[in-house]
Amino acid sequence: MSQALRDDPAAAGEGRVAAQPRTGMGLLFRAWLPILLFGLLALVPLLAKLGAEGFIISLLTRVVILGLAAMALDLLIGFGGLVSFGHAAFIGIGAYSVGILSSHGQEDLLVQLAVAAAVSVAFALASGAIALRTHGVYFIMITLAFGQMLFFLATSLAAYGGDDGLTLSGRSTLAGRPLLKGDVTLYYLSLAVLLLAYLLCRRLVASRFGRVLRGARENEIRMEAIGFEPFPYRLVAYAVAGALAGIAGVLLANQSEFVSPAVMSWQRSGDLIFMVVLGGLGTLHGAIIGSAAFLLIEEVLSHFTEHWRIIFGPLLILAVLFIRGGLVGRLGRGL
Amino acid sequence: MSATLLMIQALNGLQFGLILFLIAAGLTLVFGVMDFINLAHGVQYMVGAYLTAAFAAWTGSFLYGLVLALPTALAFGLVLEVLIFRHLYDRDHLDQVLATFGVIIFLNEAVRLIWGAAPLSVPMPEALSGSIALPGGISYPVFRLVIIGAGIGVAALLYLLVNHTRIGMLIRAGATNAPMVSALGVNIRLLFTIVFGFGAMLAGFAGAMVSPILSVEPGMGDNVLILAFVVIVIGGIGSVRGAFLAALLIGLVDTLGRLLAPTLLRMLLDPAAASQTGRAIAPMLIYILMAAVLFVRPAGLFPAKR
Repeated sequence: MSQALRDDPAAAGEGRVAAQPRTGMGLLFRAWLPILLFGLLALVPLLAKLGAEGFIISLLTRVVILGLAAMALDLLIGFGGLVSFGHAAFIGIGAYSVGILSSHGQEDLLVQLAVAAAVSVAFALASGAIALRTHGVYFIMITLAFGQMLFFLATSLAAYGGDDGLTLSGRSTLAGRPLLKGDVTLYYLSLAVLLLAYLLCRRLVASRFGRVLRGARENEIRMEAIGFEPFPYRLVAYAVAGALAGIAGVLLANQSEFVSPAVMSWQRSGDLIFMVVLGGLGTLHGAIIGSAAFLLIEEVLSHFTEHWRIIFGPLLILAVLFIRGGLVGRLGRGL
Repeated sequence: MSATLLMIQALNGLQFGLILFLIAAGLTLVFGVMDFINLAHGVQYMVGAYLTAAFAAWTGSFLYGLVLALPTALAFGLVLEVLIFRHLYDRDHLDQVLATFGVIIFLNEAVRLIWGAAPLSVPMPEALSGSIALPGGISYPVFRLVIIGAGIGVAALLYLLVNHTRIGMLIRAGATNAPMVSALGVNIRLLFTIVFGFGAMLAGFAGAMVSPILSVEPGMGDNVLILAFVVIVIGGIGSVRGAFLAALLIGLVDTLGRLLAPTLLRMLLDPAAASQTGRAIAPMLIYILMAAVLFVRPAGLFPAKR
């Protein structure tokens, strides 16, 4: 009992979610920001025709794919108050679904997506059933440990490359045809998946389900008192977030045509959390902006020095200490 | 597989478990007293190993290296506490995770920049480099026995410190109910700084002790950190006794699991499949163990908070 009181998320939740702008301009901006974002993402490849197309498309595809995984994580952290530190494991499940199925000759994208989503949901239900029995720091560490478990499983799969990973013979096919061969096609497919997932998540958080989830984040005891057991709602959210990240993993494997345990390292899980927080918790589209900002920072810094992480680490610390409410909150307030 | 091999692996598991305990002890107290999640605890272990390597190369002796590395690791931990961690205590766990994650990224890269990406090796002290015959016809490296002895010694010292001194009493009280201890007029921030520095030094000590037998390389603290998390989750956050038992359990299960899993599976599967599956299952064993413990006791074996 006292544990639950101590962990009262109301105090922690306050001020964490991106500040809601009150001015007319800010409100307008907030409503239009997602449309602006998706519009930009749809148009940029056309501009890229002017130069360095391959590079820009590949960077944007990664922005979109990691944005999808980060958005799924925002569903957990921003709306459920559940800080999962093992989310990259689901990207790994998706990537390895492609790697393992295609090495056995099954290269159809729809089959791979279905397998990735099904395995992700199964793993999420099994690990979530244990992890969600705990709170706070325990939850963070247990999700981290489950992520590591899959990581080590992947490194020991000698038949599928083990530590070194495996190179795909080619991208997935759709109805037997190599439709994803073109980078631009893959980009627009990823963007379409992201848009669909975004609309799904929007509906989800606005529904009764989403309100229970947010209510349980603010005050678990009160939710129980009015007759809602948070556990099943959280478990479903965990499974949905897992399935979306699994789908992101399928796309990521196709983008790089390479699968290795590195996609599910715990540092990758940390990167995903950073994207969500950087963009602004509990906004969904903020996670996509966070993903873009993260990959741009990485790209720009690694341009200057191979030891770019020595700048990136302090940047991360400063962002945590000084940017509250994330970029979306900042942008909204700035207008 | 012979009984000798089993004995040697059991000793290796004990040694690994004690190293994990040295790391987990500081981590569990930091969690327990301040409810502060410090991912950067693993890099203290790495820093300890690198400092020992650097000082040992400078003085030409592992022992001098160790003696110089310990206070430096302590000072380093205190500097981090004052510069960064102190500003995070009032933040929620999410901010703590991210900021300390940033510290890991920075220090791993800093180490790579200063000493290079290639592993360093630390010369083993001459007197401890041989093997010793144990009862049962086992020959075992002396240095690993020294690690076991040092680990048990530190555990005994910690037991006395935590259970039979005034500061230990305050630490236990802080882990049970920090606001109440603070209300009774104890400077909990100062207490925490002491605990933090001490924990950093213990992790540094663990890194120093393994530096002659493992390769000293960037990122060496990351995996150990996650194992230390598993240890304190199983043991119960804030409990040194829990951390000790869980660390030994994890050390033994991990080491013996890698040896026994393929052998046991051979009873069920053909040899090739058994060794394949065994190698895949062995590294997952400790996480399965953790899941099982948490399924029965969500707050670990010896939770400090009630």
